[in-house]
Amino acid sequence: MAVTKEDAAQKAGLDAEALRTMYRHMARARVLDERMWVLNRQGRAPFVISCQGHEAAQVGIAMALRPGYDWAAPYYRDLAVTLVLGMTPKDHLLATMARADDPNSGARQMPSHFGCRRLNIITGGSPVATQVLHAAGAALASRVRGEDAVAMTSLGEGSTSEGDFHEGLNFAAVHHLPLITVVENNGFAISVPWDKQMPLEDVAERARAYGMPGVIVDGGDPIACYVAMKEAVERGRRGEGPTLIEAKVARLTPHSSDDDDRVYKTREALAEEKKHDCVLGFRQHLEEVGVLAPGDAEEMRAEIMREVDKALQEAEAAPLPSPESAMLHVYGD
Amino acid sequence: MPVKSYIEAIREGMRDEMRRDERVILMGEDVGVKGGVFKATEGLHAEFGEMRVIDTPLAESAIVGVAIGAAINGLLPIAEIQFQDFIMPAVDQIISEAAKIRYRSNNDFNVPMVVRAPFGGGVHGALYHSQSIEAIFCGVPGLKVVVPSTPHDAKGLLRAAIRDPDPVLYFEHKRAYRLIKGEVPDGEYVEEIGKARVLRSGADIAIFTYGLMAHFCVDAAEKLEADGFSCEVVDLRTLRPLDRPQIVETAKKCGKVMVVQEANLAVSIASEVAAIVAEECFEYLDAPVMRLGGPEIPGVPFSPPLEEFYMLTPAKIETALRRLAAY
Repeated sequence: MAVTKEDAAQKAGLDAEALRTMYRHMARARVLDERMWVLNRQGRAPFVISCQGHEAAQVGIAMALRPGYDWAAPYYRDLAVTLVLGMTPKDHLLATMARADDPNSGARQMPSHFGCRRLNIITGGSPVATQVLHAAGAALASRVRGEDAVAMTSLGEGSTSEGDFHEGLNFAAVHHLPLITVVENNGFAISVPWDKQMPLEDVAERARAYGMPGVIVDGGDPIACYVAMKEAVERGRRGEGPTLIEAKVARLTPHSSDDDDRVYKTREALAEEKKHDCVLGFRQHLEEVGVLAPGDAEEMRAEIMREVDKALQEAEAAPLPSPESAMLHVYGD
Repeated sequence: MPVKSYIEAIREGMRDEMRRDERVILMGEDVGVKGGVFKATEGLHAEFGEMRVIDTPLAESAIVGVAIGAAINGLLPIAEIQFQDFIMPAVDQIISEAAKIRYRSNNDFNVPMVVRAPFGGGVHGALYHSQSIEAIFCGVPGLKVVVPSTPHDAKGLLRAAIRDPDPVLYFEHKRAYRLIKGEVPDGEYVEEIGKARVLRSGADIAIFTYGLMAHFCVDAAEKLEADGFSCEVVDLRTLRPLDRPQIVETAKKCGKVMVVQEANLAVSIASEVAAIVAEECFEYLDAPVMRLGGPEIPGVPFSPPLEEFYMLTPAKIETALRRLAAY
């Protein structure tokens, strides 16, 4: 297994430094996510929705994009995607703490409704799968201008039941758009298991019906996700059309801070998922192959903790929006 | 000044803006080679090519949702929905997405997109090719809603809609396409969104209306003029935002107010205009505000006697005006 991963990393052009960066992104997302839960359980943050268990897939996918050039229409779990593309823990803690300077939305939206014009991260709302069409439109615009930028969109497997998923994939396929749709399949749409969403085990199987490649990747393996995404990105840049990638991931937390997963997920199943925690697994792998020396991961974690501590202090000190500012920015004129 | 039909003015508005700015693209069902089921986009595919005049799959949410994404990434899309009746699958994209994107991103993003759709009855289109459902969108902050009644305004307002930095719904009365002709200036002119137009000055009865009904109201007003009642006809032109100052000014001047629309009345444009008049002109009124519109049935039925029952005519409007005049 380790040898295969190493080969894949080499083939994908990921040297030791890139692999360390990859791990660091994953660890940073995990630390930040855990901190948000602490804030919620302390009563300091009203709402948290999590990326825990999806980090490997998100980091692998996002590292294959060119930040600020390619387009991303992520969904609410994609904390790690946004961090790889250039957003910061402070950006997201400002949102968690509902502060005016939250760059996603000025604290108008719930946390994890990501958006950043500077980085081409398209603002997302709460209705699911609507963003698939926005990404297709961004891809269309790049193509109309003759650029080779691609657009990535992501969603959970539950959201693939929505009509916009179908409409978006079909549109992109018909018009050969450089759209890469990433389904982060963690098996549950809040409480509803995948087999109540579709009669297939693999979402990727649907790609065939749209006339596009459908790729299944182990979402616990960031290198595999990177390799699959890189190939899809290159196809898109060459004008060869869209790709559907399905990353099989685990959801290590309840749906959100307002959910209790004990009524629909056995503790045994959760324990099994945690045994295969992608952040720990990748760390072990990098230690085995010598990319991380003993103590490196702890040192990285300590450094990230300091960054997150500082970001939290700054976010807490930042002002709340003024009530009257609610009236601003309905229209541009 | 050249005389043109309403649909020619719309086509020219798109063509001129596409010539002027290469960011303008057009997308929808049948808009390409066929030039649209009403021929509103005829010739545009030949002139601008398939990269800018895009025949889409038959999926309204995608037409609008993809236009939103293209607008976010620097284009100025015109999304055509073949009939206003079929806009329903795109309502989530219009109301949950387009209308809120500037607000929810704290001004980081905006959606400079136009959604064009023909509305209205009188063409034997029955329940699903005749509706006037514009009111659904008129209560939504973040949207603008434009309904021109003349070729002049059709072109000038379409230009304004394309250049607007926010999502504009542009509704065209399908019976007006070839029925209504009028002078359209050569060269570039733009009408302002949010401004009504006084089509006819008068002193006794204020009539607020839009779309094809504006023409019917002018016809009816002329009939009353012969008997010494003078009506001021105000074409609202923009349904969101309404031109509140013009509504108040005309209502106060005349003292009697009628609102005429093809849509059914409950929770409609007529309701909103009546509310504005009640709030701001109460002491100036000589009669209760009268609203005239479609009956409270789910749509325009097909059989001619049923369709005629639904539709307003200049004669029906005239009868109502005489009642109001006599109050």
